[in-house]
Order: sequence, then C-alpha cells, then structure tokens
Amino acid sequence: MIVADRKPMEEILNSIKDCDKIMLAGCGGCVTVCFSGGAKAVELLASQIKMARKKEGRSIKIIERTPERQCEYEFIDELAEDLESVDAVLSIACGVGVQAMNERHPDTITVPGLNTKFMGYPIEHGLWDERCAGCGDCVLEWTGGICPIARCAKKLLNGPCGGSSDGKCEVDKDVDCVWQLIYDRLKKLGKLDNLKVVRGPKDWRTSTNAGQRKAKFEEAML
Amino acid sequence: MSDFEPKIVAYCCNFCAFAAADLAGAMRVQYPPNVRIILLPCTGKVDAILLMKAFEDGADGVFVAGCMEGECHFVEGNLRAKKKVAYVKRLLEEVGTDPQRIEMFNLSSAMGGRFAEIVEEMTKRIKELGPVEVDGERGPEEK
Repeated sequence: MIVADRKPMEEILNSIKDCDKIMLAGCGGCVTVCFSGGAKAVELLASQIKMARKKEGRSIKIIERTPERQCEYEFIDELAEDLESVDAVLSIACGVGVQAMNERHPDTITVPGLNTKFMGYPIEHGLWDERCAGCGDCVLEWTGGICPIARCAKKLLNGPCGGSSDGKCEVDKDVDCVWQLIYDRLKKLGKLDNLKVVRGPKDWRTSTNAGQRKAKFEEAML
Repeated sequence: MSDFEPKIVAYCCNFCAFAAADLAGAMRVQYPPNVRIILLPCTGKVDAILLMKAFEDGADGVFVAGCMEGECHFVEGNLRAKKKVAYVKRLLEEVGTDPQRIEMFNLSSAMGGRFAEIVEEMTKRIKELGPVEVDGERGPEEK
C-alpha cells in the first residue's frame, strides 16, 4: 500500500490562507490504513484548522468528505456538487488522489495536505517500512524475496557494500543491511548460488528514468 | 484575568474517576464548579477527535481521568487514553494552543478527595493560562 505522512501544519495553513470555505477530502484507501488520510484524519485536521483560524480571528467553513478512493473518477465524481461552493480542496490522499481531483475537477484547485512517501506495509502497529520502489523490473525472484532496490541506500544489485557492519547499514545503524538479510535468507534456502551470478547494470528505463509509465490491461478496456 | 472562569471538560471513567466524583459529592468535598463531567465506560473510549471537539466547542481545558495504571477494568484502556492525550497535546501545539490545557490523570474510585484536588489543580492551571484564545499572544517567556 501507499504510505504518506501529513505535511507540517504551517505549510497546510499557508496553502489555504486565502480561502474562506474549503473541502477537506480524505481517501478511504491506503491512507486510511496508514492513519494519515482517512475519515478520522479528515475530522481531526478539520478541527485543527478551525482552531488555528479561530486564533487568527477568521472563520473557515470546511466540508469534510472521504470518498471510497480519491484516485478513481467514479468515486470523486460524487464530490462535484459540493465543489461548486468551495475556494479550494485540501486533499489528504496520496499524490495520485490530488492529481485525479485536479484533472477531474479542473475548475477547483486541489492542494496536497500529505507528503506521499513510499510503498510498504506495517511491520508493527503504527510503524510502516518501505518495501517496493516500483522499479518496473522485479528482482525478488533471485534475492530471496527481499528487495535491494527499495531497501539498499545504494540500490546495489551485487551487495553488500563496505558500509555493511554487524548486519546494519552505515546510513543508519537502526536500518538492517538488506544484503545481509538477502545473504541470510538465501543461505537458509540453500540458494547461495544465486549470489555467484554477477548482475549487470540495471535497466532503469522500466523505472521513472524514461518518463511517465503506463500500464495496460486490454481485456478491461471499453 | 482574575474574573475569568474557565470551562473544563472532564472525561471520566465509569469505574474510577466518575465514582470518585460521586464520592467527592457524598463526602461534601468542595471543588470548583468549572468542571463538566462526561461519563465514559472506560477512558479507552476517548478518541482524539472527542478531545479536540471539546476545545473546538469552547472548552478552555480538558482532562481525562482513568483508573490507576495496571488497574483498568479493560486491561489497557487507560494506557491507550494516555497515548491519545499525548497525541492531542501535539495536535494542539501545532495550532498554537498550549498543550498544558489537556492532561491525563489516574485515580481510583476511593479517591474522592483526589478528584477534588485534580479539579482544583486543573482550574488553577487554566485560570493562569487564560481563555484558549489568548494562547500564542504572549511570548513563551511569559508563560
């Protein structure tokens, strides 16, 4: 799932400083699960914004909405009627949701309230770890199911580097060296031979280096 | 600011603080009338939005009073409430409201006197801070 963090309050307040009425739009998808953009987060942020505005002596009207998913037109179309009366939309969905809103509702500006960070999952309640970098050419088959692209600071394909010590990364002593994890896993699986293959340079054109990517599933196209 | 009478909302657990408030009444213990008590089945029921709404709707101070740590009837409801209070302190600080306006207290149902003390303590604290609107108008050194 996509993991996002709320932007600093100052930045949020600044982005809506000229507005007297806004829609605060959450998303019922990924950001609900990571607590940053669901219906509850919408309620809390609206409360904070109203309190901040009260202090400035200016009131603000906030329409609180949380569509099922902000990244699909069919779910954000239902917001159209309410959008007519607002000065802007403050979206606490991921960057995809913010852009979907701007494209589908071009007459109203939608500004982001979150910083979208990565794809990952919760390793414990309330703590998310990055797991996939969306490189477009998955290597998990020969790395024992552990991703060096998302988890190695250098994105090495032939690791570890000299910065690996006691199983930790030199970038941060609290971060596991992913190549140590890969080695340990492959050893356990009896597949250390995987590491004898020298991997050539990765073709990053499947990642973001060759411009915007598209995915097509023709059978589903109308 | 001497004539300022703060509004304080107290979210009280059914098994301890609410019973303690009851006991304080039965004991005829005097405490400031600034407090508005809201009964909860357990402080674990308290949600960040409940606490924020109290401030939004005009409270100058809020406290949550639950069982002694380790003695929650639902095992860890009071510990969850403690985390939520800490979270709301951060949310308040972000919008320029003094985080001291919200506090978590722990007491047992036999502590009627302590309940009155807590109300006095909070009332005194909020009177010193003034109405919620003045936060941020004074420099931090004056607080």
